[in-house]
Amino acid sequence: MSVKARQVDIAKIIEILKNYPEEKRYILAMMQDVQGEFKYLPREGMEIIASRVDVPLSRVYSMATFYKAFSLVPKGRINFKVCDGTACHIKGSNVLIDQIYKHLGIKPGETTADGEFSIETVNCIGACALAPAIVANERVHPKVTSAGIIDIIKSYGGLADAIDN
Amino acid sequence: MQSTIDLDNRMILVCCGTGCLANGSMEVYEALNQGLTSTNVQVQTYTKPTGCNGWCEKGPLVKIMPDDITYIQVTIADVPEIIEKTLQTGEVINRLLYRDPKTKKRIKSHHEIEFYKKQHKIALRNIGEIDPASIQDYIDRDGYKAITKVLAAVTPTQVIDEVIKSGLRGRGGGGFPTGLKWKACAATTALPRYVICNGDEGDPGAFMDRSIMEGDPHTVIEGMIICAYAIGASAGFIYVRDEYSLAVKNLGIAIDNARSCGYLGKDILGSTLSFDIDIVRGGGAFVCGEETALIASIEGNVGEPRDKYVFPTEKGLWGQPTIINNVESWANIPVIINEGAQKFAAIGTEGSKGTKVFSLVGKVINTGLVEVPMGTTLREIIYDIGGGIPGGRKFKAVQTGGPSGGCIPDSMLDLQVDFDTLTEAGSMMGSGGLIVMDDRTCMVEIARYYVNFLAEESCGKCTPCREGLKAMRETLEGICKGQGKLEDIDFLRDIGETMQTASLCALGRTAPNPVLSTLHYFADEYLAHINEARCPAGVCRDLTHFYIEAELCTGCGLCVKQCPVDGISGEKKEPHVIDQEKCIQCGECINHCKFNAVKVR
Repeated sequence: MSVKARQVDIAKIIEILKNYPEEKRYILAMMQDVQGEFKYLPREGMEIIASRVDVPLSRVYSMATFYKAFSLVPKGRINFKVCDGTACHIKGSNVLIDQIYKHLGIKPGETTADGEFSIETVNCIGACALAPAIVANERVHPKVTSAGIIDIIKSYGGLADAIDN
Repeated sequence: MQSTIDLDNRMILVCCGTGCLANGSMEVYEALNQGLTSTNVQVQTYTKPTGCNGWCEKGPLVKIMPDDITYIQVTIADVPEIIEKTLQTGEVINRLLYRDPKTKKRIKSHHEIEFYKKQHKIALRNIGEIDPASIQDYIDRDGYKAITKVLAAVTPTQVIDEVIKSGLRGRGGGGFPTGLKWKACAATTALPRYVICNGDEGDPGAFMDRSIMEGDPHTVIEGMIICAYAIGASAGFIYVRDEYSLAVKNLGIAIDNARSCGYLGKDILGSTLSFDIDIVRGGGAFVCGEETALIASIEGNVGEPRDKYVFPTEKGLWGQPTIINNVESWANIPVIINEGAQKFAAIGTEGSKGTKVFSLVGKVINTGLVEVPMGTTLREIIYDIGGGIPGGRKFKAVQTGGPSGGCIPDSMLDLQVDFDTLTEAGSMMGSGGLIVMDDRTCMVEIARYYVNFLAEESCGKCTPCREGLKAMRETLEGICKGQGKLEDIDFLRDIGETMQTASLCALGRTAPNPVLSTLHYFADEYLAHINEARCPAGVCRDLTHFYIEAELCTGCGLCVKQCPVDGISGEKKEPHVIDQEKCIQCGECINHCKFNAVKVR
């Protein structure tokens, strides 16, 4: 199922928010759970949260853009989180980011046009012994080399008809 | 090697920390369970998934007790043999044991391995030994003994005095004496009061708090209950990074279990103390590790810090007296109460008592978590415990203190690490990340990396931090691209000093550290970039030019296989050549060459 085709299920959002009292202190948790369900934070989610907690939408938006955990745009079917913690960085994570750009044409924060892949950098996944590491959805790929990243992309169905450029 | 161990009463501990999980430890755990429940196995043995043993480099680790065998890098394929030999007959499988690189001997018990020998575990005492989901496991290792003792026979003032006497200083990096903080809070009159655990571990390269929350959640909870008793708090919050899903899960289970056993809730253990804990998941903002920003975040605001004219001990969460301590600090509290302040204070240095957990990462052989007494030298940590630098490369620097820390050069390897010595060296303790760098790490680029990180994470509230970091980033990016000018160095120093004096919170005040410390110790690298348009480490793409030294090249062809752009050619056993047109400066060739034949111009 492509991400683009996904409709925002309002009933689902309301159901998630029922787990929390309608208080300001739960805005962050509400946003996290909504994002957990949809893999991003849809505008509808922020609107419903704002009205339930009785704060302006701008306030929820300011939190959604302040905290790094939130994405306001849908992610790809496969989301690569390239760890750019210090250990990964000095072991060449920037090379992996370049390689992904070269082969998939996306930079951190972007999604491929077909909605298949997206890439983001994260500050540290706490798996420094495995540096440089990439997380594809939930799976950690340890000690990735610049040649190895191509195999990883292929293993998720990318670069099907790629020729080496 | 036959043992006299009771074969029917053994425990298999499978490390399920993040590092081992990524290397397949859960599959090993399941295969062991499956293998042991099959009908032809005659022994009664039970397996436990544990938290991180710290030695992530060699994972997955499997320990068999009481035989005291540690197998390293275990795969599913090894499981049948472990069951058949070790578990059925007690035979030790030699090839799964660690082989000491110096003596070439296989070592059976992890206690005998250099990596663990010099460690002294207090905060990490239970991790790797217990199932974090089992409160009984924690209780069996003196868990909840301290709170039971305190509630029965110790006054709140005595608890605070004991913590003061222990000399414990905040392990999150601030290094403020924990006991004095508690005393200040207890002296206020306002009610209610709150206790917060700061588990918003944001330093890249540090994962000790994650390991404690995942591997021994009850010690954090017990520490918080003791504090609640001492200062008269009624509610507690554990603020955890949302990315740490296993920590959130294990803390949740632990809180539920503690509640059902009467350690949390109303009238704890029949006393008058009522206290409960909620988990708050952080939103992934580095600045929220700052206590006033963290408080703002729990209240449901953006995580901006405020100036501390009045400390949170007096006016914190919702304007009430609040104690915030870091995860590792909490983990020390039950031990201080159980074993006495004196014993704790006997460990460490004059100004820094006890132990510190470091995450030893980067260009070091034994990557992982280590806990050593304060005052241990960097050399002991990096060389004796860490096993030195891999690939025979040369040590260049060790970065401590997270993004706001500094880089310490090899001339200072004998520095005895504690809160004060690190600050004097122009760095800081921070939460305890130790990132080892070799001659393939560019100090200008690493300064750029940290400044970029901090510029992204700056909350933007005060000008020196917001604008200073941007200006520094721009300047450093220029230098890395070969557009640097000599006056940039003075400019960087000038901004750095302004930020140190004028920023609102500790993030901004310490943010110039990576730049100032690299300028201080590694000025020659800045000059090589600026004057010679050369990156000596071979990291900055625009200034890097790799070549193969013909005399050293054996023509083994390893670099050809690693090169992602097919940019290296040469006959077998003949010197190879790099095609500069194709080269993308990724460095795979230099990283893999066993003969040190790939050089940087």
